[in-house]
Parts: sequence; C-alpha cells; structure tokens
Amino acid sequence: MTWLLAFWAELPLIVQLGVKIFAIIGPLMVAVAYYTLAERKVIGYMHVRIGPNRVGPRGLLQPIADAVKLMFKEMIVPTNADRYLFIIAPILALAPALGAWAVVPFTDTLVLADINASLLYVLALTSMGVYGVVVAGWASNSKYAFLGAMRSAAQIVSYEIAMGFALVGVLMAAGSLNLREIVLAQSGGIHQWFFIPLFPLFLVYLISGVAETNRSPFDVAEGESEIVAGFHVEYSGMGFAVFFLAEYANMLLISALTVLMFLGGWHAPAQIPPFVWVPGLFWFFGKLAVVAFLFLWFRATFPRYRYDQIMRLGWKVFIPVTLVWITVIGVAKFFTPFGHWFG
Amino acid sequence: MTEIRNYTMNFGPQHPAAHGVLRLVMEMDGEVVERIDPHIGLLHRATEKLAESKPYNHSIGYMDRLDYVSMMCNEHAYVLAIEKLLGVTPPLRAQYIRVMFAEITRIRNHLLWIAAHGLDIGAMAVFLYAFREREDLCDVYEATSGARLHAAYFRPGGVYRDLPDEMPKYSASSVHGEKETRQKNINREGSVLDFIESFVERFPKCVDEYETLLTDNRIWKQRTVDIGIVTPDRALQLGFTGPMLRGSGVEWDLRRKQPYEVYPELQFDIPVGSTGDCYDRYLVRIEEMRQSNQVISQCVDWLKNNHGPVMIADHKLAPPQRTGMKQDMESLIHHFKLFTEGYSTPPGQVYQAVEAPKGEFGIYIVSDGANKPYRLKIRAPGFPHLASLDEMARGHMLADVVAIIGTQDIVFGEIDR
Repeated sequence: MTWLLAFWAELPLIVQLGVKIFAIIGPLMVAVAYYTLAERKVIGYMHVRIGPNRVGPRGLLQPIADAVKLMFKEMIVPTNADRYLFIIAPILALAPALGAWAVVPFTDTLVLADINASLLYVLALTSMGVYGVVVAGWASNSKYAFLGAMRSAAQIVSYEIAMGFALVGVLMAAGSLNLREIVLAQSGGIHQWFFIPLFPLFLVYLISGVAETNRSPFDVAEGESEIVAGFHVEYSGMGFAVFFLAEYANMLLISALTVLMFLGGWHAPAQIPPFVWVPGLFWFFGKLAVVAFLFLWFRATFPRYRYDQIMRLGWKVFIPVTLVWITVIGVAKFFTPFGHWFG
Repeated sequence: MTEIRNYTMNFGPQHPAAHGVLRLVMEMDGEVVERIDPHIGLLHRATEKLAESKPYNHSIGYMDRLDYVSMMCNEHAYVLAIEKLLGVTPPLRAQYIRVMFAEITRIRNHLLWIAAHGLDIGAMAVFLYAFREREDLCDVYEATSGARLHAAYFRPGGVYRDLPDEMPKYSASSVHGEKETRQKNINREGSVLDFIESFVERFPKCVDEYETLLTDNRIWKQRTVDIGIVTPDRALQLGFTGPMLRGSGVEWDLRRKQPYEVYPELQFDIPVGSTGDCYDRYLVRIEEMRQSNQVISQCVDWLKNNHGPVMIADHKLAPPQRTGMKQDMESLIHHFKLFTEGYSTPPGQVYQAVEAPKGEFGIYIVSDGANKPYRLKIRAPGFPHLASLDEMARGHMLADVVAIIGTQDIVFGEIDR
C-alpha cells in the first residue's frame, strides 16, 4: 500500500490529474449510458409495456449495443452545412456538461477541484451548454434545426435567470459560494436541508433544471411532433450520440446540483444509528437517483408546453417567485428569530 | 437594412405529426403561422375509379382502406347505398350486428385519435394506454371477420357471417407462462359476445384513465383551450360534420337526424361542445366513446336474446350455404354467378351517408343498370376538415398547428382516396 502511495506521489501532476479526471468521467459515462436504459425501462413500465429486453439479460446490454451502432453509423454532414461548426457543436454541448463535474463534491473530501467560487463556475458552465445547441441549429442550415436552436436559446436564457436567482437564495442561506461548504451548512439532519426553508426556490430550481436540459415537458427545442428533432435533426451517428450524452450528462449534473444545494448532499437524513452506518457516498448517489428519476417521470406523464407558454412560466411565474423568496430569506435572516434556520 | 420577410416551411409528408402523408407549405412569421397550404394527393389510389370497373361486391374491400382506422363504418355506407339502390332490407339481427360493429369501430377510431392527438401534444402515455384497449377490439374484429383491420364484413343484404360462439384464446409460450396466459384468457372463455360484454364493462374505467392523464392537466388545457376555434355558423359553412361540428355546439348526428339501421331503437346521447376549440372537440370525442359503449352494450343484450339469419335469403345477392353447393346445382350456379358476375342494380342514383367516427361519410352511386356502378362518389368527412386547416390555424403558433391537425382527426386514406 505504501509503495503505491509513494508511486502515486512521484507521478507528475498532469498524470495525477488525468487519472482523477478519468475516475470521474469514466463512471459518469457508464452512468449516462445506463441512465438511458433506465429511462427506457421506467417509461416503458409507466406506459404498460416492457422496454428493451432483447440485448443481454433483461436488456442490460442495450446501451452498449446502442453505442456500438451509433459509433459505426456514418456521420452525414449536409451539403450546405457549415462543416466546422457542425462538428464542433456537439463537442460544445458535451464539454460543459462534463466540465462542471470537476467541482461536484461527492463527499466531504472527495472533490476534484475544491475552488472558492464553485457555484459561479457551475453556473457559468451550465450556461455554456446552450452554445452547442445554437451552433448546431445554425450550422445545420435547416429551418427545423434553426427554429429549434432559436427556441432553445430563448428558453435557456430565460430559465438561466430563474435558476440564477434560486441559487442566490442558496448562496444567502449557506453564506458561501463553495459547494462543499454549502453542503456542510446543511449538516445535522433532514430538518437542516435547504429544501425546507427554500422550498419555493427548490421547486423553481428543479423545474428550471428540467427546462435547462430541454427535457419534457419543456422539450420544445427538439419538439418531436412539431420540428421533428429540432436542433439535432441533421445529426447522425456519433454527432447525434454526443448530443445525447450531453443531454443525459446534464440531467445527471442538474440532479447532482439539486442534491448538493437543497437535499443535503452526502448527509444522512438523521444522525442516528441506521442512517449513519451508510457511507455518505451512498446517500449522495441515492438522492441523485431519486431526482434523476423525477426527470423520467415527468417525461412519461406530461404533455409538452408550447414555446410561448414556457416563456410565460419562466418570466411571469418563476422569476417573481424567486425574487420574493430572496427578500423573504433576507428579512428572515437578519430581522427575525428564525435566522439560524435560513443558514 | 434588409427587408424582413416571412419564410416558408415545409411540413411533411415525412413528418411525425403529419398523420400519414399530409404535406403543408406554411408561411411563417417566426413561430406564428401566417398561411397554410395543405397539399393532398400523396395517397391517391383511385378508389372511385376502381369501383367503377368492378362488380359491386368486389369494392367492399376498397372501402375498408379509405379511412383505415374506421373500416367497418366505410363499408357500412357502401353496403347501405347498394341496399337502398336494390331496395332490400337486411334481417334485424344483421342490422344489430352492423350497428354494434359500427360503434366498436367508432371506439377504435377515437382510441387511435386520442392516442395520436396525445402524442402530437407530447403526452406519450395516452398512446399506449389507448392501444391496449384497441388491441382487444382488434381481436373482436379478427374473431368475427378474420381480419384485424380490413374486415370486409358487411355485405349488401347483411353481414358475411354470424358472430362466432368462441373467442380465440392465447396459448402459453416460453415467453408468456401458463399462469400469465390463464390470466389473459379469463374473459375469453365464452363467445365473442361475452368478450365484447366484458370489454363494455371495463371500458368506462379505461376512459377515466385517459381522462386522468389529460382532462384536468394544466398543460393539456393550455395546449388545447381556445386553440382552433370554429364558430357554429362557420363550422356549418365549412362543411364540418361529426365531432368537429358537434364540438362547435351544433347538435347534428346522422344517427339521429337521418336514422338508418336500428339506431332509432337505441338509447344514446349526442354530446356537444360550447366554444368550438380543440378542448371541446376532445371532450366531445371522449363522451362519444362512452356513448358508443352504451350502444354496444344494448346491442349485445339484444343479440344475446334474439337469434335469426344474418343475411337475406335471396341468393342473387347473398351466397348460398356452402353445404348446399355440394349437393344442388342451383346453389352452385348461384355461387358462381354471384362471385364472378355479381348482381345488377336498377338504374338510378342513390346517396347514403352514415355517421362515421370522423363525420358524415357518404356514398353516392349512379347506376345504369349494370353489375357495377356507373359512377361512385365518396364524400369523405376529413376533406372539408382539412380544407379549413388554414382558417383554423392562421395566427396560431407552429405547435398549435400540430394540435389542430390532431383535433381534426385526419386520415389520408379517405381524403386522397
């Protein structure tokens, strides 16, 4: 063991970092792959059908079969498309979805980059994702894709504001921009988790998260029955797969952030024996799975919003709600005896 | 500065919401639709022309393929028109069977409509829920006529055969075990009528299930309320029929206004809407499913208690008994003549319409006394509905166009014929 540690310490920093990054990205990619399978299975059972069950036992190898299929499919670049942008777009969509995981604290100590303003970093990176969508829509040189890109740009920009304000509430409650400290501010049991004092912000964040990732019922950017597949209508093969990876990685990211900011991260719901025996990592992933499940549940049950209705919901409902609640937090924190409850 | 112009967008024919081969050329101002030009003809199969070159009975199969989600209703209009021309009346039992199947067909059509409409608006679950029940009705079709879709079951003078005494059962396989199979066969033990009865009993609960997913759903309401409003006057001017007209508040149902078969004997209500938007038409169709269910239930009761022939005895129109053909020459000749030459109708013209699930489905036949129609004209309900798409969707957004196409319940088989 000691020789291994010594060997590790001698490795150059870049190699160490590479290994660490791989240790996050590798399992993340597997999780994304199996999240797609989970989606198909969960939605399948909600729809009184079975879902994939042909490849491997109970369909467990389906994501691998999908990946192999998509990798070997030709990636067609339309004649009038902007070649470079067309190829860069999926990468632009995927990179921020993966990059944001760098600051996610899985437990108290397990975090790749424990930077001071990690909340800002996350906000910056999740906003970057829209460039991939917009560039894809523009580069495809197709009206359907272009409409999808325009819808997506408007939608993400407006929900970014509601999301940002929801995070301001968290920031006020925790008194820190560091995700690890935000989680530490929620230690002590379920009554300390921020989703109770910040309940409206929790809802706004979660729903904005669904909108931010272009998921049903906010999936107007790819609105299957209106603009076919929206921004990625011209993509095939690996380009299409990368967009998919980005979408699911983003969903997992939003779930992780919801857990960190509102559901107490790696903390157990109570500091009493049966709960404290379970390691924090399991609590984190368990909560993450619950939130991720919500994404699938929404998709299975809700009809799709219309583009202007989404805008109305974002601007006229969510932003006022967050603004009001930020005021409430501020007042409660400094002028009422319940201040400690709000962080 | 360059001038800002509207752009045109091509919608279909290969589009998930185009319900077949609809092609729209849309003039768009951003997301808002300025003008829609529906293009038709991509599924033209010359049904009318084909029918003019064949003996009457040979075209029954073509009628199934017109509106291919309400098959028996199309046949119904066709055989009624021929019967009117010939001046024959089918036996009462045949009439009840036909009405029962017409209503089963209505439910099948509305199930497919709610499935597709839900899917268009993004509610995927309804699609599979509706297909679960539709499957049972497919089985009824299959048990009775031998085909799940294109039945060719109604014939001039009655129906092709009486309802079978046995409902086919599932057999166990390596995938579906004994226990599961027994479970699936529980309501298949008796005759086809028993199976229909069990369906009728549980179907209202299934409709409740679709309603829980949609009726009070805020998103569903936002997507359908006040979308594609048609006033009662305008609906009449545009030639709307069926749920499209009733959704606008006009109480018009051919089953009541121009009764045919045994509809006067049966109890059912005609639901009407008030504002004439997509949501009203949705509610009207949901209620129609419940009403059709009641009609089926009444027919089942009657059919269980009354037996008799299901085809007229005139062997110039109806095939003779198979056993008779083996023994007597008369029957053999009748059989041969009927299936090759067919029968001739008296010269004249006749129009017969039925209340198909989508509206008034009419058949106009001009006969010159030959064994095939001189001219056959089909009045498809979907045609005027589609023609009004431009008016209904103008000023709405792209997503609403999809909702309006869904609410019109368009099937291209009948529009392009």
